Amino acid sequence: MIDFFKKKVPDYPDYWLEYENSFKKKPIEDLSLVRFVVLDTETTGFDYLNDRILCIGALSLVDKNIALNQSLELFLKQEHYNAETAKIHGILKNGGASCISESAAMEELLGFLNNAIIVAHHAIFDITMINRALERNGLPRLKNKVLDTSHLYKKTLLTSNVFKKKEHYSLDELAEKYDISKKDRHTALGDAYITAIAFLKIRNRLKGKGQLRLKDLLKMG
Amino acid sequence: MKNTISHRVADFLKNFPPFNVLAQKDLETLSEEITIVYKERDSIVFAENDAPHPYFYVVNKGAVALKRGSDKGIMDMCDEGDIFGLRPLMAQENYKMSAKAHEESILYAIPIDIFKPYARKNIAVGNFLIESFASNTRNPYSKSHRGKLYDEVPEINPVAPDAQVLDLQSVQYSKQLVTCSPSSSAKTIATKMTEKNVGAMLVVKDKMPIGIITDKDLRNNIVTGKYPITTKAKEIMVSPVITYSKNLTITQAQMAMMKSNISHLCITKDGTPNSKAIGILSKHDVMVALGNNPAVLIKAINRAKKIKSIKQIRKSITHLLQDYLDQNIPIKLTTKIISELNDACVKQIIKLSLEEMPTKPPVRFAWLALGSQGRSEQLLQTDQDNAMIFENVPEEKLVETTSYFLELSKLINKGLFDIGYEYCPAEMMASNPNWCLSLDEWKKTISHWIINPGTDEVLLSSIFFDYNITYGDVNLVNELSEHIFETIKKYPIFYLHLASGALQNPSPTGFFRQLLVEEDGEHKDSFDLKRRALMPLTDAARVLILSHSVKSINSTAERFEKLAELEPNNEEIFMACSYATRALLKFRTKQGLLHNDSGRYIAIDKLTKEERIKLKRTFKTIKEIQELVSVRFKVSNLLR
Repeated sequence: MIDFFKKKVPDYPDYWLEYENSFKKKPIEDLSLVRFVVLDTETTGFDYLNDRILCIGALSLVDKNIALNQSLELFLKQEHYNAETAKIHGILKNGGASCISESAAMEELLGFLNNAIIVAHHAIFDITMINRALERNGLPRLKNKVLDTSHLYKKTLLTSNVFKKKEHYSLDELAEKYDISKKDRHTALGDAYITAIAFLKIRNRLKGKGQLRLKDLLKMG
Repeated sequence: MKNTISHRVADFLKNFPPFNVLAQKDLETLSEEITIVYKERDSIVFAENDAPHPYFYVVNKGAVALKRGSDKGIMDMCDEGDIFGLRPLMAQENYKMSAKAHEESILYAIPIDIFKPYARKNIAVGNFLIESFASNTRNPYSKSHRGKLYDEVPEINPVAPDAQVLDLQSVQYSKQLVTCSPSSSAKTIATKMTEKNVGAMLVVKDKMPIGIITDKDLRNNIVTGKYPITTKAKEIMVSPVITYSKNLTITQAQMAMMKSNISHLCITKDGTPNSKAIGILSKHDVMVALGNNPAVLIKAINRAKKIKSIKQIRKSITHLLQDYLDQNIPIKLTTKIISELNDACVKQIIKLSLEEMPTKPPVRFAWLALGSQGRSEQLLQTDQDNAMIFENVPEEKLVETTSYFLELSKLINKGLFDIGYEYCPAEMMASNPNWCLSLDEWKKTISHWIINPGTDEVLLSSIFFDYNITYGDVNLVNELSEHIFETIKKYPIFYLHLASGALQNPSPTGFFRQLLVEEDGEHKDSFDLKRRALMPLTDAARVLILSHSVKSINSTAERFEKLAELEPNNEEIFMACSYATRALLKFRTKQGLLHNDSGRYIAIDKLTKEERIKLKRTFKTIKEIQELVSVRFKVSNLLR
């Protein structure tokens, strides 16, 4: 009998199904084996609806090692274009690097991400921008677990009445605090690198006497 | 894959051999295959006898210590740009040394498979490797490279455990020659010597040394009036110059100086006076090479032109501290000397930072060390606690002046960070706008603390009131101290709050006199020496000494000694406190050196029986002084 109540499964492309399938594997608990993807996006602006991703940079981090031959740097073709933000990022419309379409970029990104844990600074922004792009291409939202270095950083600070924590800490502040060179700041991959090193340093400072577990990290950030 | 980060890696590598001889294109291809490795402090990169990794390593940031055998002596310290772990890969053998991150480090792991073809193809790279293996150091250029880095400050070799080896080491001489011609006048010579901060001037003719003029010669000949100040160099110089070749060992140098009763030797190309002069070796250089003399270290600090060289000197200070503790030199003396040295480092950093500022300070200022540094009790490097105070300016100038001093403080804080003082996690640093104020603003802040003594205000005062001037105008600081005493006199209730604050530290022992350990957090099951033992003493000393309006004494132990003098009837307990403070401080320092940390937390089960008894004995004293404070300032149970 035909099940009329069964929700119609939209016809997703193979690369989405492959991405989805990667989540069926049993999640890894050992922090030294977990794959993190540290990413950053550069966008035309801060409007979730009208602005678009210009560039995605992502690094793969396993056991405190970042292998440079496993990194991703995508430049996206633009229709909507805002001259103001381009000044910051230095990515001119369709200029310089070879650009790909948004849908091709999403395919590459999903293939790179798989079931890794995403790490980003002010992650909500990057994730929402990516989700919007996925949506425009008829795809569901990202399924990855996410860690935000701005939340995690706050956990490393002292809790004291004498010293007021700020609501937000910028990536610049983290870079200064941890003595990370700000070269390549405001390029997606450059920011992803700063975020990755900051993430490692934060992890080291959060580590108590016992071993820091993935569970603890997810709870904090 | 070619990307922003691999460019960044290539940009870094191209400054160091052997990568500097690679073609830009090859370097970029190589960089794309690199793995960036993060190592926390004390983590192992590889252990002795491990099978070789498919990578060799370049230090990008931090430092890695190479060690061999069980004696744990550090064979070599790899800094930024240094290569290690390559030889076993080429020779296809296991690692002969272990590599451990000495600081938090970032390494570039370069895959050997990708690198090997370049080594074969490029003769310069191949030669570098052969030389490096033959000379058995990681980098054949390291010596000459170092010479360049430490032109102003000859390298200080950490005190070698084995003095015989040291004797045979060749000495590091100063390659920056200060010379004059035989016809220069005595006045020019003296001016130049002052400017270059040297004690001797070489007189050269056609680059060959024909004579030498030292401070002593100027004194004996010019200042005595024997010769006029316009006398030419050739009239007063000492000739001939005693020359040696550069392979002179430290012992040889000492012998030569003693034999001829001179303080300077000239290093020439072939060791005879008939070749080019390439350097000068002073008694001071020999002392520095011996490296365990505080006076020499101070001199080296004051001559340092780069923050990096101060960092190097700090390593020698740590060695000195270890030596003093090993030789059981009284902790009172040790503390004094080490604090002086630390102080000199901070001062030099402030001087260097001032030079870096585009303009001179608009008004007078003073740099204050707070907390343990202010109390001159800092033996190990801990977090930085500091503040900036500057002269009052008209209101319209305040914003501009404040931003100048904030900028300066930022440089100083960064400099301190670079030589190993971590940033304060509570931001109690001069670069924080709340801790960089004019004299009037400070007075206002402090009055607020004293008049409204809530928990936070008392905590802030207890940190701030141990301030000590490190650099700048002492009058500003004295005025602030005066203000504090006057205000407290008007609001004596402040003592009560400060005293109750002093009694709030958790007790060191439980009901059965067992040591109480931390129950959770990072330091679970270890004993918090600072909070449970040292702080009660420090806090008690502070409130008692304040009530006597004594400001100039900051060290806790000395405060207790002063109190014993002021109150002869309590002499016994105060002297016991003074003793306990020193004993605990020594305890903490030893623990810290042992574990390469601040020594604050102690694993109780690692202590010997004797150490435990010693520790417990101080607790009785702590209890007694707390009772005295409680009674004297009438701290009621309600307030506690």
